[in-house]
Amino acid sequence: MNPMLHRRHLLSLAGCAGLPGWAFAGTVARPASVSDRVLVLVELKGGNDGLNTVVPYADPLYATLRPTLALKPDDVQRLDEKVGLHPALAPLVPMWDRGEVAVLQGLGYPSPNLSHFRSIEIWDSASASDEYLDDGWVARAMGAGLRGRARFTTEGVALGSAGLGALRGARAVSIGNVDAFIAQSRLARAAEGAGSPALAHVLRVEADVLQAAEGLRAQPATPLATEFPSGAFGQAVRATCRIVASQSGQGGVPVFHLSLGSFDTHQSQAGTHASLLKQLAEGLVALRAGLVEAGAWDRTLVLTYSEFGRRARENQSRGTDHGTAASHFALGGAVKGGLVGSMPELGRLDATQNLVHTSDFRQVYATIARQWWGVPPEKVIRGRFDPLPFLRA
Amino acid sequence: MISVRFLAGVGLAMLLGAAGAQVPERLSENDVRHLLGRTGFAPSPAEVAPWVGLRPADAVDRLLAEAEAATPRRPAPAFTTEPARTPYGQLPDEAARREARARDRADLRALSTWWLVEMRESPTPLAERMTLFWHNHFATSEQKVRQPQGMYVQHLLFRRYALGSFRELLHAVARDPAMLVWLDGNSNRAKAPNENFAREVMELFVLGEGHYAEADVREAARAFSGWSVRRAEWQAVFQPKQFDAGPKTLFGTTAAYDMGGALDRILDQPAAARFVVDKLWREFVSPTPDLRDTGRAAAEFRASGWRTSAALRVLLLSDTFWSPATRGVLVKSPVELAVGTLRQFDLALDDFTPVENLTGRLGQDLFLPPNVKGWPGYTTWIDGATLLERKRFTERVFRALENGSGAMADGARQGRLGPARVAFDAGGWLRPLGAWPDREPDAAAVSRLQSAVLAVAPVNPVPAGTVGLPYLRAMTLDPAFQLK
Repeated sequence: MNPMLHRRHLLSLAGCAGLPGWAFAGTVARPASVSDRVLVLVELKGGNDGLNTVVPYADPLYATLRPTLALKPDDVQRLDEKVGLHPALAPLVPMWDRGEVAVLQGLGYPSPNLSHFRSIEIWDSASASDEYLDDGWVARAMGAGLRGRARFTTEGVALGSAGLGALRGARAVSIGNVDAFIAQSRLARAAEGAGSPALAHVLRVEADVLQAAEGLRAQPATPLATEFPSGAFGQAVRATCRIVASQSGQGGVPVFHLSLGSFDTHQSQAGTHASLLKQLAEGLVALRAGLVEAGAWDRTLVLTYSEFGRRARENQSRGTDHGTAASHFALGGAVKGGLVGSMPELGRLDATQNLVHTSDFRQVYATIARQWWGVPPEKVIRGRFDPLPFLRA
Repeated sequence: MISVRFLAGVGLAMLLGAAGAQVPERLSENDVRHLLGRTGFAPSPAEVAPWVGLRPADAVDRLLAEAEAATPRRPAPAFTTEPARTPYGQLPDEAARREARARDRADLRALSTWWLVEMRESPTPLAERMTLFWHNHFATSEQKVRQPQGMYVQHLLFRRYALGSFRELLHAVARDPAMLVWLDGNSNRAKAPNENFAREVMELFVLGEGHYAEADVREAARAFSGWSVRRAEWQAVFQPKQFDAGPKTLFGTTAAYDMGGALDRILDQPAAARFVVDKLWREFVSPTPDLRDTGRAAAEFRASGWRTSAALRVLLLSDTFWSPATRGVLVKSPVELAVGTLRQFDLALDDFTPVENLTGRLGQDLFLPPNVKGWPGYTTWIDGATLLERKRFTERVFRALENGSGAMADGARQGRLGPARVAFDAGGWLRPLGAWPDREPDAAAVSRLQSAVLAVAPVNPVPAGTVGLPYLRAMTLDPAFQLK
């Protein structure tokens, strides 16, 4: 069956049958600027050491807490007289100089959980520490009005082994390999039918898969000249750029989820961490190049995050244990570059000897909801969170 | 078509609201498939036959009694009898730790595989489903426990108390070393209380949110203090010096509660029975607990001294369980999909590695639930990636059989599934339904095939001209195959 015909058929039925809002999406006029925006979520899996990523190199306590792991003031890429970047992040410096990088300092949440699984779930679902929410925060943004803005090819693509994460509950697809996904989509069938909510859910997912595969089948008008790093992260970046480039005239994909890791550096951290940050920086530079080529960098926001930072004091194995707050990056042509918020005080640790966050990660999401997507933040995140100034007006 | 049937079912259920109105007098084939599919895995026609014609109460009593008496058929992997492993932290260097981690991963896979084989072969699948239910209820992950033997020790608790006393199970789980590690009970000391277990025991294991106060969590944590895990022997030990022996106020009553006393005080709360029964309902009956039926089951649960079999008996003999509107309203978990497919078609598989891999890719790695809340289940099992993966599994199985080299004159087929050989007596399976592997089924056979494979009518018509074996494949690709 032709899926386009099928969808039109659904639309014509929608008027009388009271189908949910998404069925009308194609008919709703929308401001092009918002619906063309791309959010790229980059998850640093395993808990990235924020202190050795955005380094408070001038604070004497830093060297005291990190006898073997502290980066020397002369080695860091200085951002100002207090903080600098890990030397492996040097490829990001030109972007910083152009004002396309905001450093979101000291992100965390109250009553931090030190379990990988629980803490990433808290970040993905934007829940409080003791609250269990099933849907990701992006899914709630879709429900809060983003879904009605466009008929997206798919509401999100999780690439490689990233998993849905913040996209859980959205009409998103998780794709190990784009070509394999398109090939396997032949197993899905467009079908009408009603029945139990469980059956309705399966039918909805079948339709999502077909629509996503149909939209992702498109190739960029001209192949991208950008060279992408060969590792898994570089290849996920490549797939992201290819999809964004191929979506002109299609519905578009508003959110991507990529991941890199493991950053769970309990032992002999220095080498592993440097190598991972290098992959991150090179991948982000390639992402910028590919999206500039696709003409999409100015409408793209890249956000790094991780389930937690690491313990302020290094452990006995030249590594660091699970921690709490950490600094992260917002990048893109629409970003207002600079340092945002403040670095947690190294002299004021919590009862578990961990950093006390200075900004709540939900402030970042609230900012994205309101300023990037124009949806009411209170429908995305429970509670009130002040925006952070990392997007240009 | 389906909508009409579904609505008719709902309407019928409303009309025939009287107790027992939906429970059949005697079990038909479809009734048996429903009962066995919900309490175990999708049954093969051969499994169904002996139950046809029984009275529902007799069938349910027999199911429960046989499951309570069940024991594993095969010995667990050899590592489960070895001494507990040295914690990673006590190993001399990184190389030794790497090796230990690799061995633990292999052991855990062996343990999952062993359990999946048990589920495939068990004559008492309800025992396996209840063991899995408790694994999901007291969701503990090897990710933090880091001792595959410990996961096995806990698994044995879930088997032992599968349908027995929930109270005894709760008391045993609280002292289980894996749980003490998982929810930090082993670092809960009088001078440094840790509330992790106390909070989850109330929120996720016994009462549910809104049925306790923060003060109850704090006080219960004090009562649970003093326990630690001797890693070398994988033993829970009580150290009186670390125990907070002072008076605690739990739910308004002040006493010198210890662990057992506090657990019983929590069980005394009115919300306790209902909370567990609701979860059983969502596992075995439907996504929306019926107030009247769960109320009866909760009363029975408590009155029976917390016997899970007593609560489940009420649910399995409720009107809602047997109502036509309740068919196909639940989603098969990855384990149910994989094991159910093997059982339903009585497929022989000589290597379960592909099945173990599959359940992981579908989001259900045994012994590695995502968090203490367990697998969220129901519709969250199915997203774009997992739906395709589910369909790819049955498609690969049936294609392998259709194209396999072992086509026999009697309809038996063999094929390969990755490293595994899979065999299917297609002729023997189809013939009693009036169908043949290489012939297109007639209308009567189609109807019987659909009932044997799907819990509700298929969504997509199978193209005309499709013969028996590809016909089965087509039905497993229908959305209805994901439901139970």
